[in-house]
Amino acid sequence: MAEEKKYDIVVIGAGPGGYCAAIRAAQLGFSTAVIEKRPTMGGTCLNIGCIPSKALLDSSEYFTYALHGLAGHGIKVGSVLLDCASMMARKERIVAQLTKGVESLLRQNHIAVLPGNAHFLNSSHIEIDSPSGKDVVFANRAVIIATGSLPAVLPSLPVDGVTVVDSTGALSFTEPPKSFAVIGGGAIGLELASVWARLGSNVTIIELAAQLLPGWDSQSAKLIQRLLTKQGMRVITGGTVIAVNLNDNKAILTVRNGNAEESVEADRVLVAVGRRPWTGGLNLGGVGIEPDPKTGRVTVDKNYMTSCDKVYAIGDLIAGPMLAHKASAEGVAAVERIAGKAGSINYEAIAGVVYTSPEVAAVGRCEDDLKARSIAYKSGIFQFKANGRAMAMDRTDGFVKVLADTVTDRVLGVQIVGPNAADLIAQAVTVIEFGGSAEDMARITQAHPSLSEVIKEAALDVEKMAIHAPPVARE
Amino acid sequence: MKKEIVVPEIGESVAQGIIVSWLIKNGEKISEGEALFELETEKATVTVPSTASGVVEILTAPGTTVKIGETVARIDTEVGPSAQPAAETNFGEKKIPPLPPSVRRIVEENRIDTNTITGSGKGGRITKADALNAAATTVAASTDNAGKPITIKNAAVSPSEKVPLTNRGQTRVPMTLLRKRTAERLMRAQAQAVYVTTFNEIDMSNVSAIRVHYQENFEKTHGIKIGFMSFFVKACCKALKTFPELNAQVDGETIVYNNTYDIGVAVSTEKGLIVPVIRNADLLTFAEIESAVATMAARAREGILTPDELTGGTFTITNGGVFGSLMSTPVPAYPQSAILGMHAIKKRPVAVDDQIVIHPLMYVALTYDHRIIDGKQAIGFLVSIKDFIEYPDKLLLEM
Repeated sequence: MAEEKKYDIVVIGAGPGGYCAAIRAAQLGFSTAVIEKRPTMGGTCLNIGCIPSKALLDSSEYFTYALHGLAGHGIKVGSVLLDCASMMARKERIVAQLTKGVESLLRQNHIAVLPGNAHFLNSSHIEIDSPSGKDVVFANRAVIIATGSLPAVLPSLPVDGVTVVDSTGALSFTEPPKSFAVIGGGAIGLELASVWARLGSNVTIIELAAQLLPGWDSQSAKLIQRLLTKQGMRVITGGTVIAVNLNDNKAILTVRNGNAEESVEADRVLVAVGRRPWTGGLNLGGVGIEPDPKTGRVTVDKNYMTSCDKVYAIGDLIAGPMLAHKASAEGVAAVERIAGKAGSINYEAIAGVVYTSPEVAAVGRCEDDLKARSIAYKSGIFQFKANGRAMAMDRTDGFVKVLADTVTDRVLGVQIVGPNAADLIAQAVTVIEFGGSAEDMARITQAHPSLSEVIKEAALDVEKMAIHAPPVARE
Repeated sequence: MKKEIVVPEIGESVAQGIIVSWLIKNGEKISEGEALFELETEKATVTVPSTASGVVEILTAPGTTVKIGETVARIDTEVGPSAQPAAETNFGEKKIPPLPPSVRRIVEENRIDTNTITGSGKGGRITKADALNAAATTVAASTDNAGKPITIKNAAVSPSEKVPLTNRGQTRVPMTLLRKRTAERLMRAQAQAVYVTTFNEIDMSNVSAIRVHYQENFEKTHGIKIGFMSFFVKACCKALKTFPELNAQVDGETIVYNNTYDIGVAVSTEKGLIVPVIRNADLLTFAEIESAVATMAARAREGILTPDELTGGTFTITNGGVFGSLMSTPVPAYPQSAILGMHAIKKRPVAVDDQIVIHPLMYVALTYDHRIIDGKQAIGFLVSIKDFIEYPDKLLLEM
């Protein structure tokens, strides 16, 4: 038996939550170790999530623009061909570069990386099972569980990795499937649908709820549905897959939509119906931690501590949106609180982004939410098509919507559908963090010409004072 | 060396005052003991002398409410003969975190000293909401350019604001500050409160008869005519004691019950509706109430009401009847939760003991904030008012 290693803080999982927690711990002077079962660092995000998908989204966007968009600029292009293997290789290079980068950061911060699968012997002793044997580590101050999540399964449609895939599989097709059915119209489903639609697949998106992106601003969801349809994807909302027939490397899905039933044929099917927290093999029960049976989430207090003393949990494991930046922020906050500092997160100011084209981004509350809670609000909206920069970029679809409190004018939420929404939303996040008002957003001068001006005009529109929109009748 | 000039102690229980005017220009030299500025408090207006010699740097604008002990100017004692005039007067721009653009605007438009605002934003920053609230509390204490005691007349319009722009049969007149602020307050109140109006009618026969019968003697005894207002104010005070929610206010998630009865009596002036407050109306006699109403009305029309006389009311009575209104739905004076509307008295046929007779009747309306006042209370209140006016003996007998 190898000798026991002792650390102040042991982090289980080197995804965005885990590695950020570890680095912050090292900064604060704790001796730190990270246990990771994957040979590369970065968790789902870097290896099979955010990063590879964004690489493919950008590559495929260039492909489709080369095919359809360049001519409008007066650029004549011959035949545009796809070398899928190269596209995938590029994606892999980016992933490798980033995972090596995290490895390097961990090493430079003198954080021990312990490969293998972790399980609790007790609240401060963790056994690590690896090809080279079993090791035990002792955590003096805390254990932080950051094991993340896995794609949720549809019992009726198990993933076989060939015809029926999950997001990991859909990131590595060797060529665009002729027909591609995506079950689940959330962020992941829409992004992967977009990648392959752009690369030539016949795509059908099947979403259970009445709108795509359930839970998101309904106006944004309606617009993105219209735009994805214009891009050649078929969208079925309110649809349930009631039967599956798998034969001959093809899938025939029976989809019920209200009273109607139809058959959707696909060479490949992506099951993207959400993600579930992953705590398998950890032996949480052995330390008295019971995840919620329905959601799989682990309950923590405001210090991110679980029901077991000195054991913490962050990221996709606990309540809140399953977002990498939320996990990272929680990793840092948890460690700061362990150190007796006051790290905290403003959950009202965490943006969500969907990397379709155009991008969809939102922070704070949406109209549907405010209406449901009977909160009085006023709103302003402005279209990208009226913006000079957007016109020059040939990216004119979309809008910015600003929601503000009727009485105090405080910004309650901002939704963006449009080019670079993921970056533009940062301004709204900042204003919300500082408790700013719509008038503040409206009076902050933005560079011209820039996409940011759309935000300014939308904020001006809250009081119907937009300069670049036709005058609104004022009572 | 820069010496700070603070608002001096004037008298006991005086916590704040308003800077009426500076008696020296910004950047000028002053000697110790020379008159520096005029300060108005609820007790008196005093002239404050300088406590140092040197070049004056004015920090607080005239018309600003200041606290005792607050720094309002600085005197640079180490100044040579060729001293440059101090920089332009800033309205209290001292060491505060940068102001958001909306706050800069509100603070300048309303001449608010940002030092008097407590910031509720991140790191103590002043948010737009903080500024709006500060502006709302200065509505009644409108500032005046000429440095005279606070006058509604002067604050309402400055000459440059009234330039009409004619365009094809329309005339555009920018809103006066008073109207803008009134509109803003009404809108804000409307957005938060849930106003409902309930009506009733009052047979004015008895109270009219009393007036007629005692008018001459009353005037001889008390030096003032007896009107209807004293009866209504007395009736309201009694009814408010039975229905305390109507004398209360909403503060976030708290109900604040007022234990004093400060009744606002709306007066119409050229510049708009003004509501002077009769403090502790429940402790006044009929004559005292009539006198207070008459005095306040006169001062309102002359535009010389002080901020103290215009703020802090707990309930308001308005009378559209003087213009001929038969029935209306008045709006409570924020942050009060209710308002009683009196209307024109009209002779109408009524059934009394199953006989049709002609009596003078008045419709009354009570608009109330339904968040804290239930229908039962509102209706009960109005029925009480009706009862007390129709049977004034009940007021006398404290029934």
